[in-house]
Amino acid sequence: MPVEALLERWGPHRNDTPPGGFEEQTRHPPDRLVKTHCCFCGQQCGIQLKVRDNQVVGFEPWEEFPFNRGMLCPKGVRRYLQNSHPDRLLAPLLRTDTGFRDAGWDEALDFTARRMREIQDRHGKDAVAVYGGASLTTEKAYLLGKFARLAVGTRHIDYNGRLCMVSAGTAYKLAFGADRAPNPWYDIPQAQVLFVIGANVAECSPITTEYVWRCRDNGGKLIVADPRLTPITRNADLYLPVRPGTDLALLLAMLHVVLRDGLEDREFIEAHTTGFDAVAESAKAWDPRRAAEVTGVPPDAIEKAARWFAEADRAMALHARGLEHHTKGVENCLAVVNLCLATGQIGREGAGCNMITGQGNGQGGREHGQKCDQLPGQRSITDPAAREHVARVWGVSPDAIPQAGLSAQEIMEAIHRGEIKGLLSICFNPLVSLPESAYTREALERLEFFGVIDFFMSETAHHADVVLAGSLHEEEEGVTCSVEGRVIHVQQAVTPPVDARADSWIICELGRRLGEPRHFAFASPREIFEELREASRGGIADYHGITYEKIDAQMGVFWPCPTLDHPGTPRLFEGGRFLHPDGKAHFQTTEWRASGDPLDDEFPVFLTTGRVVSHYLSGTQTRRIGPLIDQYPEPQLEIHPRLAEAHGLAHGDWVTITTRRAEMTLQAAVVRTIRPDTVFIAYHWAGARSANQLTHRSLDPRSKIPEFKVSACRVRKAAGPPAWAPRRKVELPMRRD
Amino acid sequence: MFGYEFYVDPSRCIGCKACENACAECDTHRGTPMIHVDFLDRRESIATVPTVCMHCDHPTCAEVCPADAIKKTEDGVVQSSLKPRCVACSNCVLACPFGVPKMMPRLEQMMKCDMCYDRTSEGRRPMCATVCPSQALAYVTPARMAAERRQAPSNVFQFGNQTITTKVFMMLPPDQPAVSVDVVDYMWEGRP
Repeated sequence: MPVEALLERWGPHRNDTPPGGFEEQTRHPPDRLVKTHCCFCGQQCGIQLKVRDNQVVGFEPWEEFPFNRGMLCPKGVRRYLQNSHPDRLLAPLLRTDTGFRDAGWDEALDFTARRMREIQDRHGKDAVAVYGGASLTTEKAYLLGKFARLAVGTRHIDYNGRLCMVSAGTAYKLAFGADRAPNPWYDIPQAQVLFVIGANVAECSPITTEYVWRCRDNGGKLIVADPRLTPITRNADLYLPVRPGTDLALLLAMLHVVLRDGLEDREFIEAHTTGFDAVAESAKAWDPRRAAEVTGVPPDAIEKAARWFAEADRAMALHARGLEHHTKGVENCLAVVNLCLATGQIGREGAGCNMITGQGNGQGGREHGQKCDQLPGQRSITDPAAREHVARVWGVSPDAIPQAGLSAQEIMEAIHRGEIKGLLSICFNPLVSLPESAYTREALERLEFFGVIDFFMSETAHHADVVLAGSLHEEEEGVTCSVEGRVIHVQQAVTPPVDARADSWIICELGRRLGEPRHFAFASPREIFEELREASRGGIADYHGITYEKIDAQMGVFWPCPTLDHPGTPRLFEGGRFLHPDGKAHFQTTEWRASGDPLDDEFPVFLTTGRVVSHYLSGTQTRRIGPLIDQYPEPQLEIHPRLAEAHGLAHGDWVTITTRRAEMTLQAAVVRTIRPDTVFIAYHWAGARSANQLTHRSLDPRSKIPEFKVSACRVRKAAGPPAWAPRRKVELPMRRD
Repeated sequence: MFGYEFYVDPSRCIGCKACENACAECDTHRGTPMIHVDFLDRRESIATVPTVCMHCDHPTCAEVCPADAIKKTEDGVVQSSLKPRCVACSNCVLACPFGVPKMMPRLEQMMKCDMCYDRTSEGRRPMCATVCPSQALAYVTPARMAAERRQAPSNVFQFGNQTITTKVFMMLPPDQPAVSVDVVDYMWEGRP
């Protein structure tokens, strides 16, 4: 079936109004308000959903929830429009010669299990892989890990968080022994210096903005390092226009200044850390002048940033994908950690280094076993004691748990090579979100079997043999863990419509067909959570003392929470106690190296990608919500007037951008808010509008995150608009005239 | 809500349009926002500004209305035009110094921000100020504003010879030198 026909049938189409239109809402008030959380992004704002006749019909702010106190971004305000959406998948679908047909659940589930088993019988257990996602509740993520290991019996399970938080997670585990932002967000306003590097806070974690502004109102200084003047930069006290891919040099130079001027915290270093000398040695070569040549940040600005950060009583760093999406993403994050450790800026109110997790359950989704190398509780899958504990909870021998498998991008490459022949995917749209989409498409077409669990027909699902109609966020109860390590309770507001089913029911049904039914005898998410509490017990992310009731009573519980009478742990590392067995933080050396797609004469411009405020990730949901589409309808190329003029480009012109992989044409937004050696595209769209046609597959060797933030490209004026361009002139969302 | 005031601080605005979206979702607006967010000039800067009705003490919109259709409540909220009186002439739209009233051609009526009268009368804060993630729009007590913010509130505006005082406060920045908004000015390359 041609893509056009699939798009015509399954969307994305727009939904602009609640069921029955706005007039219906005034005539028939909602039956009830459900206090729950937004489905988008790691902020996990509290929100009340209006429910009528088993449909979500609107929202109301939830002012009592302490994290966001009623605040929401446009995605949260309009999130309800995904419910009762015309594109919603309402029954399982099986591929036919001409597209898809509705199927019964038994037929679809039996088919899925049979095809997976056939491939494994012929090619071995590891010939089938499982993809998960970080927007799933923690119960679903936990269940999926158990399903992959016990029912499918494959080593290869990984998730789309591999594109998100893994560089920081790897760095924090190496340095601190735990993968979590150490500070609760109410610490942010207490910082005297706030250093935001590689984080477009206003657009990707909008609620954090208010915490940043409160910090400034308290007299705090704001430092922002980014190749673009992002919205929070409007109030920055110091802006560092770092060249893409050079954050590490900037951070090493800041450490250089700290050590050169004797601003380090010797007492803290000696009492609470190891490995300082090697890191100090590695910073010696990075004087600000050398770093300026590499980063494009003036030496005096580097000096000032370092001094402000070190001399403050309380300084805090915030960082996100801008540091992580690099072949040295782990090093970048470690360099922030090293700066905080060297200056003793950690483990206190208003002091620390904090990653801003991106996906809805970015934190909780990576703690309990859908990562290729982890078991529940942030346990290492290679640790014999961890395997024994989890095996005991699961009622199996430790040998029954497969060893570590491949990461998300590596799984796609093994599919491309023909080593993995079957794939079951939930909550992941790799055709849009993985780098070099032509390669991903080729790989998907080589699969002998591809099953998808989703609520909308994503572009990836076009390639599926079977699509199992799963559940939306508001259709199943569970917990997630927010950006600040707060475990919160997502409520079921409505039941899945028509013949769609709860995700956990689908996974259990497949588990019963593929493995021993006793492992998947869960009747509700609560039962899954009870087992998860045991599985995480004694681990780093210890949920044993958390219950649904405790979350409701406390408005969230911060892990670790080992016992029922434990209040939870909002702030980690207080008193300099870290979670390594020796109780210390471990400095890690970082080595400078170039990015995986270097500039040359043919490709002389940096391409960097990211998000806009009205869309979420691969756009599967937000490209279906009318008002969010209107706010940013199409991708555009942000380009500085200096670079635009060199290519004869005016604002609104169609421009072709070419990398070593592909080319695409889109409209130029000529703005002074980006470095002239860099262009930017948001990545939320599919097909010819997808920025990931252009990106490259180089990975960080440790975190396995792709280098979305740096590609080499060239730009030229296009002969005309691309085929996807609307007939009418596309309006750039620029200014209101 | 007694003791609460409405404050606008454009320097906090991040242009996310949560306010516009939430305004449109308010029960009485049926999908149409009564407020708006603008880039000042996106080519030059990321600066944005939200515009809500300032609720003037002597509303120009009401003064120019030939049908006497625009009324102010006792607590100072300037309301949308009265449907039976409004002649849809757009005088108010043209006259308002802040650019707030909107003509709704389908309804043949001027509608505007009424500071969520339906919500504040029930003890709920206005929709835009509740959701605003940067609190560029804030509905709080003056005491809290004075305690928490660097900026100072003002409600006196000079438009040529016309001085306007308003119910809504604008937060003004402390004295500061002009700030460049071109990324080039912060870069190392090309410096002497």
